[in-house]
Amino acid sequence: MLSGATIEVTNLTKRYGDVEALRGVSFSVNEGEVFGLLGPNGAGKTSTVEILEGLRAQDGGSVTVCGLDPQTSGAEFKYIIGAALQATALPDKMRVAEALDLFGSFYPKHRGTPELLKRFGLEEKRSAFYSQLSGGQKQRLALAMALVNDPRVVFLDEPTAGLDPQVRREIYDIIVELKKEKKTILLTTHYIEEAEKLCDRVAIVDHGKVIALGTPRELKQRSGTVTRITVRMAKPETNGALSTLEGVTECRAEADDYLLYSTRVPRTIVALVKHLEEQNNELVSLDISAPSLEDIFLELTGRRLRD
Amino acid sequence: MSRILTNTWALTMIRMRLAMRNRAFLFFSLITPLAFLFGYGALSRRFGPGAMPYLLAMVLALTIMGSFWGLSVQLVTFREQGILRRFRVTPVGASALLASSLISNYFLTLPTLVIEFYLSRSLFHMAGLGNLLSVFTLVTIGTVTFASLGLIVASVTNTMQETQIINQIIWFVFLFISGATIPFPKLPVMVQRFAVFLPATYLVSGLQRAMVDHANLTELGAYLASLIGCAVIAFVVAAQLFRWEPETKAPRRAKLWAAAAVIPFLLLGVWESWNGDLRTHASKDYQSIQEPFSLERIDH
Repeated sequence: MLSGATIEVTNLTKRYGDVEALRGVSFSVNEGEVFGLLGPNGAGKTSTVEILEGLRAQDGGSVTVCGLDPQTSGAEFKYIIGAALQATALPDKMRVAEALDLFGSFYPKHRGTPELLKRFGLEEKRSAFYSQLSGGQKQRLALAMALVNDPRVVFLDEPTAGLDPQVRREIYDIIVELKKEKKTILLTTHYIEEAEKLCDRVAIVDHGKVIALGTPRELKQRSGTVTRITVRMAKPETNGALSTLEGVTECRAEADDYLLYSTRVPRTIVALVKHLEEQNNELVSLDISAPSLEDIFLELTGRRLRD
Repeated sequence: MSRILTNTWALTMIRMRLAMRNRAFLFFSLITPLAFLFGYGALSRRFGPGAMPYLLAMVLALTIMGSFWGLSVQLVTFREQGILRRFRVTPVGASALLASSLISNYFLTLPTLVIEFYLSRSLFHMAGLGNLLSVFTLVTIGTVTFASLGLIVASVTNTMQETQIINQIIWFVFLFISGATIPFPKLPVMVQRFAVFLPATYLVSGLQRAMVDHANLTELGAYLASLIGCAVIAFVVAAQLFRWEPETKAPRRAKLWAAAAVIPFLLLGVWESWNGDLRTHASKDYQSIQEPFSLERIDH
């Protein structure tokens, strides 16, 4: 706790049988920060969060949340955390308001059910059974339940997984609200958009390791100011000449598009046009975009996030 | 401590509400036991109203024994659906969850037992109420004990399929060799020798002694003590073996621990095998329904 971080994770390891899920994960989250763990499925995000929530014991390394060890701290620890878990449910015949009343009753200090229903847009569903809720409503209830004890630290494990884009945006708005309340939030996601929009800092996790850590802006800058140029041409290129164009560090074919990663965009464009003329080929479309976290992930791992 | 009680109470209340909304629960906890009552009541019409206290004791025992089935299934369902793990990130402990199972089950079973008692009097003209204090005590302790056995089943099984298979086996043993359907003295001697090690046998016999002979608490002391011992061990073991996560498997030693719950009845069974107290009482109580047979013989 010397660093004053709210969440401190040091050299965390965890294995399930032969599978090494975590191979020395370290990071720290400051008070009031929204911190994202970004990575593909199976990267070790959920294992990390579940160790922090006290649901699993680590094999090696240490974790503290507000200076407390989740494994040994008992009720004192449970009072300060809120969690929306992955792979969880409530009994089918439990009503929305009942769930909030019940979970609230477990804490000496808790938020009122009417307030939570209103804030999470569940007022009309207050008497509905859990089984009657849509995916988005279940997720909003999960978030309301995570906040029932007005926790200092909130863990959101894939809060928007499996939701359609519109519902996902609703959840984003809720998280942005929480951010204003200065809650410390650790969220896991495999949606780039989510990490870029919501997180103050992001740790990119792959194969049980943190492979990059920083603010979304820092991560993008760190990628060597590589810019992505997406090109579509009338005739496909087969001879790999695109990767030899001036300024191009990498070239990938993706469906009908070619992704050129360039450090010197103007020169690459000029070279590209010349090349097309020589080949008697035509440009159908061209798009220049600053690198996204997706590109950074690709650059770091050689894979797409949703592969 | 007071937080544990508040949590247990909150969980008990919600579980009673959930049970009342569950059709399967109503079927198994109300309809099935009442079907038993009507079946046995019809028998009493053949034997005469004098047989009803003996038969009602069997119906009460069957109703009470049913507790273990519902509780094990519920707990395993909660675990498999990931409901338990949500509670794990709250200050609720395993003991509060398990205790709420036992308490809600007790309050949900009691009305059925009262209805059975009432119908025996009103429809089947049962004379007398037996020793009510003994009946009430046995009903209370019995319900908690058999529910605890359900918690044990849930703690040693990994899947619903496994739970159901074990439940079927236990249920058939309880049903047919405890005296709850076939009167104890009518069981083959070999089966009787085994039956004296079963908690169910003592529940049936205890209730029959309370209903037919008006046995008091002192006379039923050994039975009650064994039921309490079994309940306490079962609860402690279930709390120790409690698993929140669907993917956590029961360790091998779990089955050994679970076996500890039957220790009180092993001791009682050994004692019973030596002095034959239960067998004597069971034969005596059985006389209460045998009388009509002799009347029938006179008729012929």
